[in-house]
Order: sequence, then structure tokens, then C-alpha cells
Amino acid sequence: MTRLANPFPGGDPLFNHGLDLTVIGFVIVKTLIVFGLLLVSVLLYIWFMRKVIADMQNRIGPDQAGPFGILQTLADGIKLFFKEHSTPARADRPVYLLAPFVSALAAFLAFAIVPFGGIARLGTHTTFLQLADPPVGVLWLLAMSGIGVYGVMLAGWSSGSKYPLLGSVRASAQVLSYEAAMGLSIVGVLVHTGTLSTRGIVLQQTWQNWHSFVSQWLWLPAIGAFVIFLIAATAETNHPPFDFSEAEEELAGGYHIEYGGIRFAIFYLAEFMNMITMSAIAVTLFLGGPSGPKLGFLNQGGWVNVWIVPVFWFLLKLWVVLYATVWLRASLPRLRYDLLMDLGWKVLIEAAFLWAMVTGVIVVGQDQHWNLWIVTPAAAVAALLVYGFLMMCVPGKRELEDIR
Amino acid sequence: MGRLSGFRVTITQVFRPRVTEKFPQEKRPKPPRFHGRHVLNRYEDGMEKCIGCELCAGVCPAQCIYVRGADNLTDAPVSPGERYGFVYEINYLRCIHCDLCVEACPTEAITETKLFEFSFARRQDAIYTKDELLVDDEGRARRQPWELWLGGEDDETSAWMRATSSSGNAAYENRVAWSGELGFGVREPERGQGGDPGALPAPDQGGVS
Repeated sequence: MTRLANPFPGGDPLFNHGLDLTVIGFVIVKTLIVFGLLLVSVLLYIWFMRKVIADMQNRIGPDQAGPFGILQTLADGIKLFFKEHSTPARADRPVYLLAPFVSALAAFLAFAIVPFGGIARLGTHTTFLQLADPPVGVLWLLAMSGIGVYGVMLAGWSSGSKYPLLGSVRASAQVLSYEAAMGLSIVGVLVHTGTLSTRGIVLQQTWQNWHSFVSQWLWLPAIGAFVIFLIAATAETNHPPFDFSEAEEELAGGYHIEYGGIRFAIFYLAEFMNMITMSAIAVTLFLGGPSGPKLGFLNQGGWVNVWIVPVFWFLLKLWVVLYATVWLRASLPRLRYDLLMDLGWKVLIEAAFLWAMVTGVIVVGQDQHWNLWIVTPAAAVAALLVYGFLMMCVPGKRELEDIR
Repeated sequence: MGRLSGFRVTITQVFRPRVTEKFPQEKRPKPPRFHGRHVLNRYEDGMEKCIGCELCAGVCPAQCIYVRGADNLTDAPVSPGERYGFVYEINYLRCIHCDLCVEACPTEAITETKLFEFSFARRQDAIYTKDELLVDDEGRARRQPWELWLGGEDDETSAWMRATSSSGNAAYENRVAWSGELGFGVREPERGQGGDPGALPAPDQGGVS
């Protein structure tokens, strides 16, 4: 891809003229919109997931509440809200009560950096259609997904019960393992874009013509990182086939066994918020976020092309990715736990690391006008050699049996 | 495809037709001799068929039927004979729908509908008395609020009785050996049964019993 100049080096132009009451009002309104968008998305996603899984299992799925059963999640939520909740006698009460909210808060905060629309002008103010665009951008996502697992961990620990504890230990081990792969796969993108800010990454993938789809959107230039990111994000969100923290056959439900009523609903909410956030991040990093062709017959600067079209593209891409996650959920059985760890530590981390290295060599090569026909194969061969060497150092199956 | 073949399996299901029944709105057709909840039949002139003999109660393996007979009053008879069913109760928490009561009944008073879609909020509702069991003045089953009847479902109320009448003797196949019912008249035998109608006299006229 060709690197584009960033027209907004200073971040969100909303803050260019200092902080006054209007700016604060803007931020509050944006917060409410993002919060509402995310909650509605979760409601719709759960319904959508149940419908799509039903499709894939030759069933009809929920169809009683509202048209096409679209209000089913709302009905479930109301039911959960009015259910009795009890606290186990051996629970650590403050932590037990706090844990679901830690989960949900982290899930919500992670979504704050997702650019869900274009750059809009309202009066004298110009602003990004996203809640926040910190210069550390993607690192914020990694931090929040790391904090999110505290909710799971604290819930498991404070329940004072064995199965939740095992579930939460599994969840934290899993998130630790896959956080590394995910971070390294994101590096494969950052090498291309040269910025951590999500808006910057999206601006690098601006739609110019149909060729941008393969040259400017990063899914093809960073295809290896894309695949690794999708797998790692699936594991990171405890989504099937990596939902070990709640493996019902082994753990009877995992970390949220001891939770009921609205607190259970909040865990549920957080889980699906995480899913949506991760999909939105995948859209941002690899599929151009809100960028896409505009309506040519309308004024390029008109309100439709500025407000509606980018949001439409973002939501379309988001739901395509979410459909893929549901397809994954419907198709693959849960792995065995040691296979999960093998996949994370022995394959994904190395692959993501080497992909980032090779990409780095290519990007530097482009910069220095090296002959890419020589540099690319050489880098790839070197990467394979490193991988082979690493695999030689890892004990094989037989050696592992000897150790046991 | 190997490990990823599951994705093909799931996506092909999306395009296949659904077989799901929209159950509360629609019901799948049931066999004509299906055993459902009972009705107490009446003759075409409106008299009750039950004579209070308690054979059904005696044969019931689940002991869910309670019958008490009483003498008919000469000026206001309930049934054509000497006695009638004064009390008739079936406890549907015990009934196993085996239809032995239907086979035991000498006057074809108790038969079954095809309705099994009923559930109770109170145990008291599960005990059907004569008020619920006796057919109404059109010869139709009385629909209770907790029963899910759809249109036309009460047409076949005595198919199993007719199939096993009389005495289960195969020689009587395709012969009408049963009495008329209020609202339906004398019903035809089921189609597809062999035999030569008219070869044997009815049981009460000296035939095989």
C-alpha cells in the first residue's frame, strides 16, 4: 500500500480550539450515542446470532417476540432483570458484586476508540465520529481487553466455589496467551500505517477508487496478520470454539455459575460487547473502517455522503464480520485445552511475529527503493528458517511423554 | 476441505427448507385412531349412553376413572336403560390413554378424541367430571379453556371404538356394529377395511360375540 499523508496530525480536531462547554457537550452526546449504539448492537447481535445459528441447524429460531422475534433479547433481558439473585455464603461479597461491572466497563471502554463514521462538521466544529482518538489508539484496546479479563478472574475467585475458579484460571491463561499473538498481529498493521491512532489507521485506508479495496485496505497487504488477528480475537473474547472459561461439559458454565439475574445478564452483555468490539476493531484495522465508495450522484460534501454513507459502510462490514463469527460458532466444536495452548504458543505467536518482521522488511525496502523481488523472498525464507529453528527447540510429542 | 468442512455443512443448511411445525398455530395431522382425551357420548335423541356399569373403572390399569351409577327416574330418564352414570370422573394426571375403557364399554358411551394438547394450572382442573366429559347438544366435545382445540379437530371422536368394535372380532370388519351418535348419526366404517358387509348379523341379533 501507499502511505497517505494524515490531514489530522493532532488527533480529533474538536479539541483544536480549546475546551469549552460546546466541546464538552459534543463529547457527552457522542458518549451517549456510542453507549446506545453498543447496547442496541448487543440486543440485535444476540437475536441475529440465534437466528443465524438456527438457519445453520435447519431450525427457525426465536420468532415469537416482535416481528421475526427481534425483541427476544429484550424479553430475556426483562426476565433476567426481575429474577431473584442470591450471593453464595462463601463469596467475597464486594468483589463478587463488582466483577460483572468490571467486565462490562472494559468492554464498553474498548469500543470508545472505534471510528464508526466519517469526519463531520456541525456548526463551527469539526469532529471524528468516534468517541475518542487517543494517540496510543490500539494499545488502549489491548489494555482494555486485558482489564476485561479481571472481571472474569475476580468473578471466578470471589464466588468461593471450585468450578468458577477453574473457569476463571482458564480464561486468564487463555487471554494471556492470545494477547501476545493479537498484539503481534496488530504490529503487522502498524508497520504499514505508521500510526497507532485508530482514526489514523482508517485514514490510511481511505477509499480512492475500486483498486483501494485490494491495495489500500489492509486485509490483503496484511492477510497473514488478518487471519491471526481473527483467530486470536476469537480466543480473546472466549468465543466458540475457544470458550473454555465456560465449557459447560467440564465446568458446568465456568466463571458465572454463581451469578444469577441481572448480574449474569451483565456478564452476558460484556461477552457480546467484547465480540462486537473485536469485530469492529477487525473492521477498523483490516477492512477500512467507515471508508468506502460514496454516492456519486450526490454532493460529495453533502450530509448524506458525510454522515450516512460512512456509517452505513462501517455497519455493513461489522455485520459481515459478525456473521462470520456466528458461522464459526455454528461450525466448529470446542478444542481441547492443551491444543488451544499449542495453537497459541507454538503457532500463532511465532507466525504473527515473523509476519510483522517480514512486513517490516518489505516496508523498509519500499522506502529505500530496494529490489522487492529479492528482498521479499529472502525475508520469507529467513522467517521460515527461524520458525523451523524455534520448532526444533520445542519438545515434540515423544519428548513430552518422556517428561511425563 | 478437511478440518474446515464443517463450514460447508453449516452454510448448506441455510438454503434447505425448514421442517419445523408452527405448533400452537398449526398442528400436524394425527392418525384417525389416536388416543386423546375422552368424551362421554349421547344417542342421536340426546340420551346419555353411559349406564353406570363401572366396567371402565374396573378395567382401568391406572385406576383413574371413578363412576357411580344411579337409577333413572321414570318421568325424566337420563339414559335409555334402567340406570345411568350419576358420577363420572377421569383424573388426567393418572390416565395413560390406553383406551381399555373404550374397549370395555358395552354401550360405546366413552370414546376418545384426538386432543392431547391440554395442560393444567391446578390439580383440580385435571379431574374431569361429567360437566367436562359429556358432549354438548351438537355432539361436540366441550372445549375447556386450558385445551388447545383447532378447527375441525373434534370430528373424529370414536375412530378407535369403531375399529375395535365389536369385541375385536375380525369377522366384523367393515360391518356397522355400533350405534348412532348425537350430531354424527351412524358413522361409516373406516375405508380400506376388507370383509363382506351383510355376511354376519350384528352381535345383538345372534352374531358372533
